[in-house]
Amino acid sequence: MTSQVSSPAEQADGTDETVVGAQRKPAGAKDVRRLDRVIIRFAGDSGDGMQLTGDRFTSETASFGNDLSTLPNFPAEIRAPAGTLPGVSSFQLHFADHDILTPGDAPNVLVAMNPAALKANVGDLPRGAEIIVNTDEFTRRAMQKVGYDTSPLEDGSLDGYRLHPVPLTTLTVEALTEFDLSRKEAERSKNMFALGLLSWMYHRPTEGTEKFLKSKFAKKPDIAAANIAAFRAGWNFGETTEDFAVSYEVAPAGSAFEPGTYRNISGNLALAYGLIAASRQADLPLFLGSYPITPASDILHELSKHKNFGVRTFQAEDEIAGIGAALGAAFGGSLAVTTTSGPGVALKSETIGLAVSLELPLLVVDIQRGGPSTGLPTKTEQADLLQAMYGRNGEAPVPVVAPRTPGDCFDAALEAARIALTYRTPVFLLSDGYLANGSEPWRIPEPDELPDLAVQFAQGPNHTLDDGTEVFWPYQRDPHTLARPWAVPGTPGLEHRIGGIEKQDGTGNISYDPANHDFMVRTRQAKIDGIEVPALDVDDPDGGARTLVLGWGSTYGPITAAVRRIRKEGGRIAQAHLRHLNPFPPNLGEILDRYDKVVVPEMNLGQLATLIRAKYLVDARSHNQVNGMPFKAEQLAAVLKEAIDG
Amino acid sequence: MADANALLQLVPKAEGRQSMKDFKSDQEVRWCPGCGDYAILAAVQGFMPQLGLARENIVFVSGIGCSSRFPYYMNTYGMHSIHGRAPAIATGLAASRRDLSVWVVTGDGDALSIGGNHLIHALRRNVNLKILLFNNRIYGLTKGQYSPTSEVGKITKSTPMGSLDAPFNPVSLALGAEASFVARTVDSDRKHLTEVLRQAADHPGTALIEIYQNCNIFNDGAFDTLKDREQAEDAVIRLEHGQPIRFGTDGAKGVVRDPRTGDLEIVTVTADNEADILVHDAHAASPTTAFALSRLADPDTLHHTPIGVLRSVERPVYDTLMSDQLDTAVEQHGKGDLAALLAGNDTWTVVG
Repeated sequence: MTSQVSSPAEQADGTDETVVGAQRKPAGAKDVRRLDRVIIRFAGDSGDGMQLTGDRFTSETASFGNDLSTLPNFPAEIRAPAGTLPGVSSFQLHFADHDILTPGDAPNVLVAMNPAALKANVGDLPRGAEIIVNTDEFTRRAMQKVGYDTSPLEDGSLDGYRLHPVPLTTLTVEALTEFDLSRKEAERSKNMFALGLLSWMYHRPTEGTEKFLKSKFAKKPDIAAANIAAFRAGWNFGETTEDFAVSYEVAPAGSAFEPGTYRNISGNLALAYGLIAASRQADLPLFLGSYPITPASDILHELSKHKNFGVRTFQAEDEIAGIGAALGAAFGGSLAVTTTSGPGVALKSETIGLAVSLELPLLVVDIQRGGPSTGLPTKTEQADLLQAMYGRNGEAPVPVVAPRTPGDCFDAALEAARIALTYRTPVFLLSDGYLANGSEPWRIPEPDELPDLAVQFAQGPNHTLDDGTEVFWPYQRDPHTLARPWAVPGTPGLEHRIGGIEKQDGTGNISYDPANHDFMVRTRQAKIDGIEVPALDVDDPDGGARTLVLGWGSTYGPITAAVRRIRKEGGRIAQAHLRHLNPFPPNLGEILDRYDKVVVPEMNLGQLATLIRAKYLVDARSHNQVNGMPFKAEQLAAVLKEAIDG
Repeated sequence: MADANALLQLVPKAEGRQSMKDFKSDQEVRWCPGCGDYAILAAVQGFMPQLGLARENIVFVSGIGCSSRFPYYMNTYGMHSIHGRAPAIATGLAASRRDLSVWVVTGDGDALSIGGNHLIHALRRNVNLKILLFNNRIYGLTKGQYSPTSEVGKITKSTPMGSLDAPFNPVSLALGAEASFVARTVDSDRKHLTEVLRQAADHPGTALIEIYQNCNIFNDGAFDTLKDREQAEDAVIRLEHGQPIRFGTDGAKGVVRDPRTGDLEIVTVTADNEADILVHDAHAASPTTAFALSRLADPDTLHHTPIGVLRSVERPVYDTLMSDQLDTAVEQHGKGDLAALLAGNDTWTVVG
């Protein structure tokens, strides 16, 4: 056995790839090495089934008990031209025997199903990484299509890597000769062959995938059997072929997890579940008005499956009707939600303004993607923060809540619902494409751990006129929260009219009175400013840091990984991460004052930094990346280190 | 219509006797003196006690425009929303609250220009909404620009050399959008307007009522042809289900079908052709004849304008279907169990 320990790769999460032990299986078996973490990237054509392959490997890994984090990355086109660079779809998975925070910076293993997949991804690999290529696809024509004049498998350009040339297509077709399938049909199972091979390499459990294939192709048992056969053939190929001398174990991450029952969950799924949970906790029916848009549509799909929870889903004729219907349902007493992405928010702006004026609870879920305009539909970005804050006519403040990890989308949805219901206001929930499609292990909460969101509808008069008459005033506010009563149609005696025209304080009648307008504008602002949000926690282990890194939303993973790296090298840095962007936590100003330097990494051109600088007069330094991808921990660590030292 | 009653029965009835006064809010009506909207408001307020529904279960939703101030004057629940969006907002309300009687008040600009998309989609879905489209063929609140129902060549502030766009015929448009109930009436004909409201309220699903309404400031007299006693006899075709379509002095004129093209035409009724006069069938499954009737009116002169219920057919109602799906889901999967949902099928346990 030759030693195949890789050179220390540039890795995320502040831990280098290390071999933590080696053991030999009984006579005749191959070497087994134990690793503490691995990053795998599956890459192929959009039609090669890479997302499915990645999902299955993730499920196997989750049920094995590793901590994990995923990064699906695919083009907006459903089937981009085959074999081209723009058509490459990939799925990256980072799994470990300890707590990890990101999908990893650089893969240890790349599975490249064709020359385009190799070319598009090889630049991300550290020297020494393993590359498994499907040699069947490395034809002259296919290589020329992506600009390879000579074969990279033979011209020495991959000498720095551990290359495994495998005729994946041929092996798959051979494995399926006994099935009554055309060659084309048989070839389609090559992703399962690759999955089988990787499952062998990393000792993944296989029952889940076989069960999955049986149920996915329940109506086509032949196809199910063929896929299972290809999957097993891939596994057996790993075990028998000389080329794969070593397999790896990554132990379960038991100590990384609090006790509890876990599952793997993506951000959009967690968000959908959070909405259903909020509806139950508020004892209000859930109404979703939505128009399909990437990367938010999965929430519509998911909620439409759960009508037995009393969930009404309305696929509207456009974005405006989606939020309009939701607002109508809110008027009727539903927990109303609209889901969209940036371009949809632009269309909904006028209705959000109406909701501000009507002071009705409404959740506006924005799964941010690259912009402006259509931008990068399938890539991530955080550039809708200022749109959420200010993208309306007039003074129209809206609270903003942002989740930090896929699983956190569940809690963020409940928190957004709490604010909307307590303060009778639209609330922005700003997720993004990275959280939406990425996944991680999630501790399943018990329903009795969830917050109480009980709501009291108005039942009777709330004001006495000078002549002693008891009346209902729709804009008579709760003195503590400044929320107005929620009087739903069907309640006798509370008939009232509301609208987008400025209304008189208290009565809600149309009013063009200058002083009243000034008062109402300030009151609506004061209501949002006065929303009670938890104080911000700062992670500053010994209190000795002079530099604070402040983030929001999905950058939590990469920032935390970068902070760990710095601390591991003895550096001192404090970290804080915002869930509430409007209003800010009450102690934010005081925290900012404590540090000499404040660095704000964002996947935009400095939107939070702009808000921080304006509100707190702090010389916040912006670090920005807008390439449609999450930050890499290593690069971020270098930036933070520079800030500390600089 | 058995189904009509079934849907209306979901809305609680008024306990005591209601009067028109019960439906007047305490707000001062602020339309221009002489505006046709006053007559429509009075007709609606007068009709509501006949309908006899609990006031608190009635909601008026409007968009933007002169007519859209309507909800402020009704002592029911109401929402004055934003331009063109009332059908969308009302859809969410009606679909989530079947115990409400939801009415939309809109105008030709609100419903057919900025809100055209929402109108046609509400109609195709057949949401249980009653849409009152006040058509004055002009923009009033923005002080006199041409609207999507203005005649070609109309001189307005924004079209000093005459407008270029061909107008919509709202009834034709609604029929094309799969409307299950389409009617037309006139602001000044209280009796006719009330009768159309009654039939609309009874209809399960979306009912669109186009109401010709006079804007005495920016488009005064737009419908005089239909109101002037002498002219109206020849200009207005009053449709009544099951009756031959005749109009003019002593019913001298009638509508027949051209057997060659299938189109409709106006004839002077004679002993020879009397048997060929078309009998109005508002419940015809096909919208073809209703559409042909909607095309009889001359968009410029309004001659041969049919009023009354052009089409009233029953088809599945969106809110009912949505509600049925919720019931079916519970029957099939049981009432939702949050703990089971969150756990899913693939879990593992970490012990401390």
